[in-house]
Amino acid sequence: MRELPTATIRIRVNGADHQVYAEPDTPLLLVLRNELSLNGPKFGCGLGQCGSCTVHVDGAPRRSCVTAVSAVAGKEVITLEGLGTPERPHPLQQAFIDEQAAQCGYCINGMIMRAAALLASTPRPSRDAILSAMDANLCRCGTHMRIVRAIERAAGGSAASPTGREG
Amino acid sequence: MSTSPASPRSRREFLADAGVLIVGFSLFPRASHASSLGRPPRVATAPSADALDSWVVIGRDERVTVYAGKVELGTGVSTALRQIVAEELDVPLERITWVQGDSRLTVDQGRTVGSGSVKRGGAQLRRAAAEARQALLELAAKQLNAPVSQLEIADGVVSVARDASRRLTFGALIGGGRFERTISGRASVKAPAAYKVVGRPIPRVDIPGKVTGKHVYVHDLRLPGMVHGRVVRPPRIGATIESLDERSAAKLPGVIRVVRKGTFVGVVAEREEQAVRAAKTVNAKWEATPVLPDAADLYTSFKSLATTERVVGETGDAAAALRSASRPVRATYRWPFQLHASMGPSCSVADVRADSATVYSATQGAHQLVAPIAALLGVPSDQVRVVFTEGSGCYGHNGADDVAADAALLSQAVGRPVRVQWSREDENAWEPEGPAMLFEMAGAVGADGKIAAWTYDAWTPTHGARPTRDPATLVAGALAAGNAAAGEFFSGGGERNARTTYALPNERVTSHPVPAFPIRTSSLRGLGSPQNSFANESFMDELAAAAGIDPIELRRRHLSDPRALAVIDAVAKRAGWTSGASAPARSGVAGEARKGRGFAYVQYDRTEAYVAAVVDVDVRPDTGSVRVRRVCVAHDCGLVVNPDGLRNQIEGNVIQAISRTLKEAVRFDATRVTGVDWNGYPILRFSEIPDAIDIELIDRPDQPSVGAGEAATSPIPAAIANAIFDATGARVRQVPFTADRVRAALRA
Repeated sequence: MRELPTATIRIRVNGADHQVYAEPDTPLLLVLRNELSLNGPKFGCGLGQCGSCTVHVDGAPRRSCVTAVSAVAGKEVITLEGLGTPERPHPLQQAFIDEQAAQCGYCINGMIMRAAALLASTPRPSRDAILSAMDANLCRCGTHMRIVRAIERAAGGSAASPTGREG
Repeated sequence: MSTSPASPRSRREFLADAGVLIVGFSLFPRASHASSLGRPPRVATAPSADALDSWVVIGRDERVTVYAGKVELGTGVSTALRQIVAEELDVPLERITWVQGDSRLTVDQGRTVGSGSVKRGGAQLRRAAAEARQALLELAAKQLNAPVSQLEIADGVVSVARDASRRLTFGALIGGGRFERTISGRASVKAPAAYKVVGRPIPRVDIPGKVTGKHVYVHDLRLPGMVHGRVVRPPRIGATIESLDERSAAKLPGVIRVVRKGTFVGVVAEREEQAVRAAKTVNAKWEATPVLPDAADLYTSFKSLATTERVVGETGDAAAALRSASRPVRATYRWPFQLHASMGPSCSVADVRADSATVYSATQGAHQLVAPIAALLGVPSDQVRVVFTEGSGCYGHNGADDVAADAALLSQAVGRPVRVQWSREDENAWEPEGPAMLFEMAGAVGADGKIAAWTYDAWTPTHGARPTRDPATLVAGALAAGNAAAGEFFSGGGERNARTTYALPNERVTSHPVPAFPIRTSSLRGLGSPQNSFANESFMDELAAAAGIDPIELRRRHLSDPRALAVIDAVAKRAGWTSGASAPARSGVAGEARKGRGFAYVQYDRTEAYVAAVVDVDVRPDTGSVRVRRVCVAHDCGLVVNPDGLRNQIEGNVIQAISRTLKEAVRFDATRVTGVDWNGYPILRFSEIPDAIDIELIDRPDQPSVGAGEAATSPIPAAIANAIFDATGARVRQVPFTADRVRAALRA
């Protein structure tokens, strides 16, 4: 009954090598989720419009829903799971926890992955640079203010926030 | 005392089998799945709201398992509800295990809707926890040989006052046993002044998992043997199939079956990408009868479709007062169809077998979904179990119930667990939309500077069409039957905040329900409240401007509730409101933004949270672009359970409301919804957020908590409209406030 696709593709994800069976044009997102059980990257639109599926490919943010698995052969893929764990979170993940920067959390994978790429290239971004970098990612719960604060916090910027904790 | 992490396996032995706690593939090895999911749960009795054992189970390992009917929709309510239980039971919050929304395991607390989880659901949980605490004290009194009055209780331990050696943990007192006790309602609850956990900004329990990819959404479930389904959609319910290439699709690698039932067409394949390909290959052609009005005629079509009216509220004689008014003001406002637009398109996993059906769903009503799923499958209701599993934020009735029906039908057809993931197009075109509304307002301010007349007429399709026992209330059932059934009507949905809370001597508020409209609609966050408040609070501003009165002052003249006045005063002070009527200049320097500031006030649903808002905007008269720069909110929802969780909700409401007001409208042509991606249905982006959202919480420990999931949305649209007027003198009366509309208003 089960017919496996014939192609075998080697990919490197979160520091480990994997051999996956998939048609070469299969979206990387589906391979990460369904073959490697990495649930961090999320399906949001399948169109490269929302950013929920963002991963790093050789350090750059990529929409895994519109990236063919064959395109990352020989490259280094990092997912949200590759940044840190609840026990040992990445500084940006910790900043999101500290700022309580999530509601439903479905978009947060993309927010953290995009922000991590930003901070890797620009360790102390201005607020405008953060807004500009994050503009490609959508959030429906309206957690934007906290997401910006979390990125500022991770960048070592002021934790004092315009929305305020007082009152 | 044991602190072993092992599951309690006494009364609720089936817990490990329940699915809720063990479905996370990434959290648990494959083996535990296979071994636990095969067996049906052993359930002695259905949960009952009166029985303490239905709510709270304490294990020998000191874990407290709470069974809640209300569910986490991304608002943080499962943290707030844990706080309430931890507080009343005197147990550390981290020792609580939470089971939510399982039609077989949890009490039916009603759907998780209408900002009712803390208010109503929390009150039930508080009573249950207080009863459990009382029961534990009584047990300890016997075992420690001391009267209850001499006992102290803290951190899950009961001890004798001033004799620390005489102590028993909750686990030692009842671990693994049953309370066998009815919730009397007489167990005393704590005074708010004694609260240690409620009222504190406890970090949300779900966020560490959500920021590391470990949180298990319904999208992330993988059952053994699970395969993937997709549904092939017609332009609308009732459209007939003209052609279908089942054969080509069936021959594709991995395809298990092309399923057809009436006009319901689905595919099931071994792998997700194979299901996607098969759904395309089916290449269905449908009859495309034009059924939708031209977008330009939408609102007039409402008026011709509505044949009844309902007077929502009336005082004095508004018609006569209007006739005798020297300067009546009239205005028409319009609000479009809008989407919930969840970031994650709806998803469900169903496992339908010969004698049982388990459906994992992000539904707002697990218990309510059982009957229509059973009817759809043609099996008795007692064979169907719906297990809530968190999804993407829903903000109301989105596609969660419908996708569950898709998965159930496809699983039944192939006899294996099936996961159905809607596409973005499925979600945008098939979720029940938030209804469009048309408003006609008239009113006048008298010589005494008070409102002498006020009339409101509104036309809208239903704001409530939840699944009933009829499976044709779900899309899959409607497609199978060839037509839709009317969903559960929630009376008052479109009328929420139709009537203001202002004391008006001559007022007539009339609603005109649009009984049937070709676009399927149901509850979107706030139901009619944001739209009604847009019309009412814009019109209030128009009356103030016409009479030359400060807009806050005019409102104050018609309010006496001290809590209403308190939020208004608080936000005015916080925003630095300067009294005076809006006196905008229409001229300006080309290329420069004009600044304006608007106010609005709403008491949500007339009896719930009080919210006042001041919004600052920049308007570019040359381009028509509007940017919200700052939002001040004062918010009173009674006793605050978790101030940071509440702020998070308020910020989310504000941002989403700005998005709905400035950007959002469902696009459609004569046959179908056309705005089926994020370009066709744009929402607010980071570059468009305000510089600041400044929130003042007015905590009222002496007042019961009311909901906060929706309230802060309601004043925002009018506050933005009023700010645009303040900046430019142009009154924008149709949402969304696109650049074209703003420029047109400037020319008007």
